[in-house]
Amino acid sequence: MSFPLLTATAALPAVGAVATAAVPAARRTAAKWLALVVSLATLALAITVLVRFDPGGARYQLTESHSWIKEFGVSYALGVDGIAVALIALTALLIPFIVLAGWHDADPLETGSRRWRPTQGFFALILAVEAMVIISFEATDVFLFYIFFEAMLIPMYFLIGGFGDRAHEHGESAASTQRSYAAVKFLLYNLVGGLIMLAAVIGLYVVAGNFSLTEIAQARANGTLHMATSTERWLFLGFFFAFAVKAPLWPLHTWLPNAMQESTAPVAVLITAVIDKVGTFAMLRFCLQLFPGASKWATPVILALALVSILYGALLAVGQRDIKRLIAYASISHFGFIIMGIFAMTSQGQSGATLYMVNHGISTAALMLIAGFLISRRGSRLIADYGGVQKVAPVLAGTFLIAGLSTLSLPGLAPFVSEFLVLVGTFTRHPAIGIIATFGIVLAALYTLVLYQRTMTGPVKPEVSAMPDLRVRELAVVAPLIVLLVFLGVYPKPVTDIVNPAVKQTMSDVHQTDPKPEVEAAK
Amino acid sequence: MSAAAVHSLWTTAADPISKIDAPKIEYGQLSPTLIILGAALVGVLVEAFVPRRSRYYAQVFVSAVALCAAFAAVVALAADGYGTTKAHIAAMGAIAVDGPSLFLQGTILLSGLVGLFTFAERRLDPAAHGNRVDSFAAQAASVPGSDSEKAAVKAGFTTTEVFPLLLFAVAGMLVFPSANDLLTLFVALEVFSLPLYLMCALARRKRLMSQEAAVKYFLLGAFASAFTLFGIALLYGYAGSVSYATIAQVVDGNVTNVDPALAGTMGNDALLLVGAAMVVMGLLFKVGAVPFHMWTPDVYQGAPTPVTGFMAAATKVAAFGALLRLLYVVLPGMRWDWRPVMWGVAIVTMLGGAIVAITQTDIKRLLAYSSIAHAGFILAGVIATSKDGVSSVLFYLAAYSFVTIGAFAVVTLVRDAGGEATHLSKWAGLGRRSPLVAAVFAVFLLAFAGIPLTSGFAGKFAVFKAAAEGGAVPLVVIGVISSAIAAFFYIRVIVLMFFSEPRPEGPTVAVPSPLTMTAIGVGVAVTVVLGVAPQYFLNLASQAGVFVR
Repeated sequence: MSFPLLTATAALPAVGAVATAAVPAARRTAAKWLALVVSLATLALAITVLVRFDPGGARYQLTESHSWIKEFGVSYALGVDGIAVALIALTALLIPFIVLAGWHDADPLETGSRRWRPTQGFFALILAVEAMVIISFEATDVFLFYIFFEAMLIPMYFLIGGFGDRAHEHGESAASTQRSYAAVKFLLYNLVGGLIMLAAVIGLYVVAGNFSLTEIAQARANGTLHMATSTERWLFLGFFFAFAVKAPLWPLHTWLPNAMQESTAPVAVLITAVIDKVGTFAMLRFCLQLFPGASKWATPVILALALVSILYGALLAVGQRDIKRLIAYASISHFGFIIMGIFAMTSQGQSGATLYMVNHGISTAALMLIAGFLISRRGSRLIADYGGVQKVAPVLAGTFLIAGLSTLSLPGLAPFVSEFLVLVGTFTRHPAIGIIATFGIVLAALYTLVLYQRTMTGPVKPEVSAMPDLRVRELAVVAPLIVLLVFLGVYPKPVTDIVNPAVKQTMSDVHQTDPKPEVEAAK
Repeated sequence: MSAAAVHSLWTTAADPISKIDAPKIEYGQLSPTLIILGAALVGVLVEAFVPRRSRYYAQVFVSAVALCAAFAAVVALAADGYGTTKAHIAAMGAIAVDGPSLFLQGTILLSGLVGLFTFAERRLDPAAHGNRVDSFAAQAASVPGSDSEKAAVKAGFTTTEVFPLLLFAVAGMLVFPSANDLLTLFVALEVFSLPLYLMCALARRKRLMSQEAAVKYFLLGAFASAFTLFGIALLYGYAGSVSYATIAQVVDGNVTNVDPALAGTMGNDALLLVGAAMVVMGLLFKVGAVPFHMWTPDVYQGAPTPVTGFMAAATKVAAFGALLRLLYVVLPGMRWDWRPVMWGVAIVTMLGGAIVAITQTDIKRLLAYSSIAHAGFILAGVIATSKDGVSSVLFYLAAYSFVTIGAFAVVTLVRDAGGEATHLSKWAGLGRRSPLVAAVFAVFLLAFAGIPLTSGFAGKFAVFKAAAEGGAVPLVVIGVISSAIAAFFYIRVIVLMFFSEPRPEGPTVAVPSPLTMTAIGVGVAVTVVLGVAPQYFLNLASQAGVFVR
């Protein structure tokens, strides 16, 4: 038997989480280093997966399969396609930066008992989330996926509710009330989505008799598994609802701004750049493969909702006073683009959407983490409390600008490529939607540049005059992300090469071919 | 009626007397129940003859040995093939020894054992006059607040009678799900109910509340028993027999040897419908299903917490076992009549329990309403009327009982000057003060909420799957919705424990003896194992899922 690489990639952070949690209370720093080392080792494993993956090979590679719960027809089945590989790599890449950026976020306050170990808990929870996210990218068994899709809510919930920004304008107790509100909102939204999906998962089992994604998809493709149209649509809606909450799609998005606003910047990155990707990924992997007919049936409505997300998210981002909330609404706009790309049902659209997931992860991580560094210096999240930062902290301001420009898809930075692909892919099939969506980019320029202008330029506010520039640890977080943004902006081929074959497969699952370009004959 | 008819009636009644054989009792197959009953009697003798200071140790020892021995007997029977390859109706048709019986008996015995550990805990309450005390009244007969109570406390009396009472209750519960005729069912019902009524009244603290709870439980319970008994009488009139198999045959329309005295009523569907409804009603009362749930919150809150934990777990197991057997063995022929009714009961139970729980401010009442919601989920599996339905209910019961006992054991640890601090506001910030206890309780709450990787999820999934396969898709959807509602209040408690600031005069967490620690540890272990690797136990439940008739 070959080495179970996929299991190891998910198990390593899980073991690391347990080990980190077990570090004695006094050895806080050791816990931090342990978490960092584990996350780097996981990155090494993820890179091994990336290298071992053959884009031209079988659809699912590095597969593992063991019977798990025979009574339910559940197996522990793992396998990755190009999309999953890219997202596993993204996750494993971001976690070390998240750990490093959150280095001091969970240092204990003076309250609490001798055994209260928030620091250990913080890093253990981050690693636990990583493990669960990775295994849900790898799972080719619907039940296995569902379990971790749901279970990851618990560590995430504690991360949002238990740890927040230190300084708060209304004092610690108001902050803790708002935090727990945000955490409960996050959990309830996602739990309701997940429970509705549970009903659909059970329904799928009743129809199909097992949970294997590959078997069901195959049986659907060659016609041995017939589903009544209404059944298929109900099941699709059950699955899609859960993913749309997680992604999040308008009008199920309202948990995201609260959650991102109240949590610390690294945790906010974990939410938007890592957890939410599971939602969009699952749309590609489960909705389209298991319910191709229903996916096509629902396309007009989903595209409309995605369009609303794009414009609504961008418009609300323009009006925000809170930096983190602004980034949250910007993310909602970007998730609109991703979902639009997926359901445009063209290969450019879906490649673009996958690429978008990766690029959005990197660019939002950069933007949010730098914003977090900024907020930790001044102790305020309000845009109005800043001004003229670029004169006191030029490196911070400069990197913030680059990250911001990547968010508005400036050509030459990574998100441009994906956004362009999504728009082109949408335009070839639905020109009107493609055109309207373009306004999202215009609004993106507005909210990004206004944010930069108000915080970084202008006269130096007295409160920020003593603000130190980025420290070495913070530079170590920011610099690699910026380099990646530039690199993938100029040369996206490594990612697209891995993603494209998988996208072609997904397209053929839904029996879709790209529309042929038509040229009106010259008269 | 003519004289001749009376005469012939008299002779037919008298005639078989000469032919009565000595009843044949399969002692081996009945050994789990017999061991427990024997030990309970030994416990009574211990009360009478052993000096007061060593009674506690003697009672705990006898009870623990008996529960372990009875569990060993169940395992031996199962290993002998009962429940999988063979089944038997023992004690002249009174007791069924089959898969569901053995599985449920094993579950009841283990929860009895874990419950015993919480009963025997003597480190939580501060010592009174140099004597270590448990959760039970010093002298149940003394009026609360009276001089005689003070004297009893001062003398260091303890109510060691709870241990034989526990054993009697367990014995009744062992018989209840395996009863194979209606009279045995009724006797078992009374055998386990009466000790429970008594134990509810025995709290050391808040005695008036405890006694009130016991009176409520007793009155409503007696009422429900009366219904059951009346139903049994009607069913006898319908079928001419109290034996499950005979009634089932009559329901199916295969009437053999009609009793001339009952010729007028036999086969009368009105009797069947009313009788079955009344018997089922009595069982639904014990299960705590809406609209027969009114006693649950008061009794759960007032009873001594160890008793609440044991009662919540084991009663539910026994009552659902009996309900399953009744519906699957006696009344499968009329499932088109009872299924719609049970649908309704399951729906209001799930939604009612979950919705009312939201407004609760006392942790024991909250868990009581949560147990009502869980009864609704289990009913969804009962309605499936398939083999999967049986095995999913068996699995759910096993998973649920350990979570429940563990959760109530944690409740006993959180204390302030007035005893257990059960008001929710006092639990604020518990996670900061004692992270471990709060984390353990969070695990139990997550299991109640049915979060994946806990036993609660595996159980809920099994039950809903069986229901969906049985065609009850709307029931599954409603179940899922009420799970979401229920999740809200479980999470509220977690929020309170971890994200709220601790109160300055908040409760302290008592350090328990190894007994309670074992109970909680077993709870956590079962919760996690059944959540991560349920395969073995699902398999066991599925092998055990066939009733003998």
